[in-house]
Amino acid sequence: MPRSDDWQPSATIETLCQRARLLAAVRAFFAARDVLEVETPILGHAGSTDPHLDSLSLSATTSAGRETLWLQTSPEFHMKRLLAAGSGPIFQLARSFRDGEVGRRHNIEFTMLEWYRPGFSLAALISECESLIRTLIPAVGPARRRRYRDLFRDALALDPFTTPLAELQRVAGERGGLDMADSDRDGCLDLLMSLVIEPTLGRDGIDVVVDYPASQAALARKRIDEEGDEVASRFEIYLQGLELANGYDELTDAQEQASRFDDDNRQRAALYKSAVAVDRRLVAALVHGMPAGSGVALGIDRLVQLALGKASLAEVMAFPTPRC
Amino acid sequence: MANYSTNEFKGGLKVMLDGDPCNILENEFVKPGKGQAFNRVKLRNLITGRVWERTFKSGESLEGADVMDLDMEYLYTDGDMWHFMKTDGSFEQYAVDRKAIGDVEKWLKEQAVYTVTLWNDNAIAVSPPNFLELEVVETDPGLKGDTAQGGSKPAKLSSGATVRVPLFINQGEVLKIDTRTGEYVSRA
Repeated sequence: MPRSDDWQPSATIETLCQRARLLAAVRAFFAARDVLEVETPILGHAGSTDPHLDSLSLSATTSAGRETLWLQTSPEFHMKRLLAAGSGPIFQLARSFRDGEVGRRHNIEFTMLEWYRPGFSLAALISECESLIRTLIPAVGPARRRRYRDLFRDALALDPFTTPLAELQRVAGERGGLDMADSDRDGCLDLLMSLVIEPTLGRDGIDVVVDYPASQAALARKRIDEEGDEVASRFEIYLQGLELANGYDELTDAQEQASRFDDDNRQRAALYKSAVAVDRRLVAALVHGMPAGSGVALGIDRLVQLALGKASLAEVMAFPTPRC
Repeated sequence: MANYSTNEFKGGLKVMLDGDPCNILENEFVKPGKGQAFNRVKLRNLITGRVWERTFKSGESLEGADVMDLDMEYLYTDGDMWHFMKTDGSFEQYAVDRKAIGDVEKWLKEQAVYTVTLWNDNAIAVSPPNFLELEVVETDPGLKGDTAQGGSKPAKLSSGATVRVPLFINQGEVLKIDTRTGEYVSRA
């Protein structure tokens, strides 16, 4: 018989006990605030059209016969349909799937803590995020608000909104040691964010990055910043160099939503990626009307990893993909 | 050779980069939640031994390198080249040049088995076994009775390397040496 150790969990039983206590604390946090826990499907008829997310799909026999279903990259669409149906504030600890995302800080299957706050401003939701993080990591340092464009100005002496593309490509190529000549603005900014800026964030507290370029709005509303440029009403939370959470002042305009889906699929085609079935039920829910408010998705595995001082996601998951 | 995409990169994979064969040491996937994915890769250039850190767009690919590590016995040197022979019974010999021998020259011992790295059937690197038994050819006389106390002295070994040995070691003795650290382990 071949001897192998890979039947064992990659997290210790002690860590799994601590993880369970942290998840219980998350549920208590929301119970105390009257935020309802919900459960939505992991499989859906539609998937995320985000050009940089790769959904897994499978073929299933359902009441409609043989059809393609998509493993959800986050519970966002289903939860927004609940909001439109009048659920009020809701949260979920949802298993989510992103193809190809593998590494020390990624696992194809992971747990997303996602919650929605009808009537909340982005600022109110940021402060609730901060409270949640403090509940799990009481010793965490103060929170700081950092504008996306200031981060680039300070670290790289360039402006993500106005620096010419050729200059962005040159700097990104130099920093990464690769040819970025055929990359667009966001591609260059993503590279610089990942390689240069992200590792410095959240080193002595919680860094909240706000005012992303409008081209990176995803499903956030857009607004004009104090310098007169269009920005996304979106925030990201960083702690110890790790991206923890991504929040939006949620887009509620059905027509805008439908056109962003189409834009996404056009971008996917340009990247030689297959189109993803658009969630017409989400669009219909927005036509019906979803209350204005803010929502956020937080990688709970990463937060548990930081709370327990571990070096990798595998140390806080029982069976990451290589062992599942 | 096959091409390998970033999602196939893993430690030990041999690929071509800038014309040189490289060994992948680490591959880290980096991606903003909403944004493009990249792979931060550490590779050792097998020709120069230098470690490179490079970033690739996820999905990019590199050509595989025809690199093989083979066990070979060291035979002799003619002054310009060092000659090794495969241990698979084929008696096939390979000549290794100075650049590929590098620092390993001082750890060469006839009939010992080395790992010879071949690229397109040419030897590009040699690594010695972790432990070698080598004779002391030159050292100060041993101090009798001084077996327990610390202190060390240099000793020149038959292969040409000089290592620190305990004071009680004498010329002519055979010692077990860790070639990774160049440290004395024990009397053989």
